[in-house]
Amino acid sequence: MAISTPTTPDGAPGAAPPAGSGTGAEHQRRSTLLHRLDVRGAPYAFVAPFFVVFAAFSFYPLVYTSWISLHRVELSTLNLMEWVGFDNYTALWEDDRFWNALLNTFTIGVLSTVPQLLMALGLAHLLNYRLRGSTFFRVAALTPYATSVGAAALVFTMLFERDFGMINWMLSLVGVDNVDWENNKWAAQTAISTIVIWRWTGYNALLYLAAMQAIPRDRYEAAAIDGASRWQQFLTVTIPGIRSTIVFTIVLSTIGATQLFGEPLIFGQGPNGITGGADNQYQTLGLLLYEEGWKNYQMGRAATVAWAMFLLLIVVFVVQRLVTRVTARKG
Amino acid sequence: MGKARRKLRTRAVAAISAVSALGLVVGCGSSDSGGTGGGKKDGKVTITMGLFGVMGFKETGLLDKYMKEHPNVVIKADVAGDEQTYYTALQTHLAAGSGLKDIQGIEIGRAKELSDTQKDKFVDLSGVAGTDHFLPWKQSQVTTADKKVIGLGTDIGPMAVCYRKDLFEQAGLPTDRDEVAKLWEGDWSKYVDAGKEFKQKSKDDKVAFMDSSSGLFNAMIYGNSQQFYDKDGELIYATNPVVKDAWKLASEAATSDLTAKLRQFQPGWDPGLANSTFASTVCPAWMLAHISEKAGPKNKGKWDVAKAPKGANWGGAFLGVMEKSPVKKEAQELVAWLTAPEQQAYLFKEIGNFPSSQTALGMPEVVDAKSDYFSGAPIGKIFSAAAQEIPDEQVLGRKDGTIKDIFSQGLTLIEAQNKSPNEAWKTTDKRIEKAAG
Repeated sequence: MAISTPTTPDGAPGAAPPAGSGTGAEHQRRSTLLHRLDVRGAPYAFVAPFFVVFAAFSFYPLVYTSWISLHRVELSTLNLMEWVGFDNYTALWEDDRFWNALLNTFTIGVLSTVPQLLMALGLAHLLNYRLRGSTFFRVAALTPYATSVGAAALVFTMLFERDFGMINWMLSLVGVDNVDWENNKWAAQTAISTIVIWRWTGYNALLYLAAMQAIPRDRYEAAAIDGASRWQQFLTVTIPGIRSTIVFTIVLSTIGATQLFGEPLIFGQGPNGITGGADNQYQTLGLLLYEEGWKNYQMGRAATVAWAMFLLLIVVFVVQRLVTRVTARKG
Repeated sequence: MGKARRKLRTRAVAAISAVSALGLVVGCGSSDSGGTGGGKKDGKVTITMGLFGVMGFKETGLLDKYMKEHPNVVIKADVAGDEQTYYTALQTHLAAGSGLKDIQGIEIGRAKELSDTQKDKFVDLSGVAGTDHFLPWKQSQVTTADKKVIGLGTDIGPMAVCYRKDLFEQAGLPTDRDEVAKLWEGDWSKYVDAGKEFKQKSKDDKVAFMDSSSGLFNAMIYGNSQQFYDKDGELIYATNPVVKDAWKLASEAATSDLTAKLRQFQPGWDPGLANSTFASTVCPAWMLAHISEKAGPKNKGKWDVAKAPKGANWGGAFLGVMEKSPVKKEAQELVAWLTAPEQQAYLFKEIGNFPSSQTALGMPEVVDAKSDYFSGAPIGKIFSAAAQEIPDEQVLGRKDGTIKDIFSQGLTLIEAQNKSPNEAWKTTDKRIEKAAG
């Protein structure tokens, strides 16, 4: 950067005053210095907080996590680290709990993401019509998102309770026996997905709605003149029009699903929440990490899970890019 | 040269802004980065405390009373609702050396781990005057190998069996607490036999004999000197006959359908108490308050307490003083006062936390205590007797709390997921190896 500006020997840019001995010249020199600091330094000062926070809370933990993942170390004695190389990684690879958690993360992810995005799409389509009190409905769609995970999960846990829960009570009205939501694998995963769907559908719907409103009206008019029905308009105008937003929400939901943690933790409550049920039937990778780190206090093993999750997200991201590229080419 | 200087200046600006930004970030947290929050200022002594659950010091006004008697002392107590969260934070603070309070509560399940790995951070309380009144086994739980005492005892959890008189009656079992105690005197397997009789004769199949098999398992384990670990700190759960017997009997109760398939203190258990889905539960003294609250006024007088087949202890806590505290002396005095017999007896009267002080067990507040809710049962006498039956030496292990949870889950596998006891044992064994190995 220094090369781009012509400089005088004393280091001031541009037409610097000739070296004088008077205080006036000194004063001028100082003010140009301040001016230069202002112009050149200020941007650094303004971006610095982000990078400092990033370094302290993202980069440093990342490096530290990878370092302790190569050790055997317990939370209460962080100063006693025993070097084990990649043992934690090979142990994780051979650990059936890891594969179980990975599979659960995937199935809960699919169970929650697919219906959620489809419902959001439909909801956005409906909100896109001119209707009375549309602002109310839009705000209403966002309220579940504004609720805390804890509160939502707690309420749903009570709804899904085996003996006195409301959902089992409603099922009993149509003659279905009490479902043990927590102890049945698929029932538990469905229940957890319900919490996720309830919280995120409205949020995604608003994203879709925003994208839909950017689609020019005349396209719909042209389609209507061509005789396209509402449904055909939706398929041929709306969906292609918001494709990039759909991809964006899929990326967001995938990341969210991979890190799923709060809902299953609270759904199980107590020790059973941490292990994702007595049979680990709904333990996600996030919960496995938590169990290793904050129940077994094995920080090395927890860090290994964290890195496995990170690598997994990168793989998912790369696959996603490839898929988008291929489909875009086809389009 | 000019170039170099210019670069230096820009760098300097960047560095300064970076440092100032860091200052902003650090500034927020600097207030408690050193020390323990307590200290002396203008003749006033501030003592901070970290507590969990319902230890009762704050709730019953004991701290206020102490401050009134010692006008120069200010006590600030933080109470965490959940012990797991509390302990995780405590460990992080111990590892980081910051964020600690002057006085920290210690749950019994963590006592061994702390006295093994963190004893240097706690003040040795063995020499504090007037603290020789505890039950012999209580103090041994927090004494390190080199005779250092890292905490003074608060409550303990001697166990009995809480049962529903009305439900016992409709199943043709006796209802008088002495006769009920005779049903299973001396042997837990007789308790399960009584359950089988209950199930056979009961007219209401919606009522189970007991709430969960893990309650029974805990009660059987906690009455013994050696449980999951031996004296050298080696894991012996797999070969210890105590554990094997308890597992066998608890899984028999589960497979014979004697339980309501609930987990204690988890969703479903509280409504189970309120809606009478089970007729008995093994209850440590501190559970009575929970039962009376959750079962509600409509079930008052229907509950009663009978002696358990064998004395056992579930739970209890300690108060430790941190070595780092600037007000060590004052904090020790406070801990000694809070755990003194008078205060323990008072806490028992107020909220039912059972005294760990032998002296307190002889005080009228305890000896004559009766529970209105539990049909006037002489709970002071019943639980005192149970406390005296507990062996003088209790070998604790580093991961006792975690292992207990894993066993509870293993029993849930049998109870609610229809796994065979054999399969469930294998899973449990593997999990303990992972968690404690």
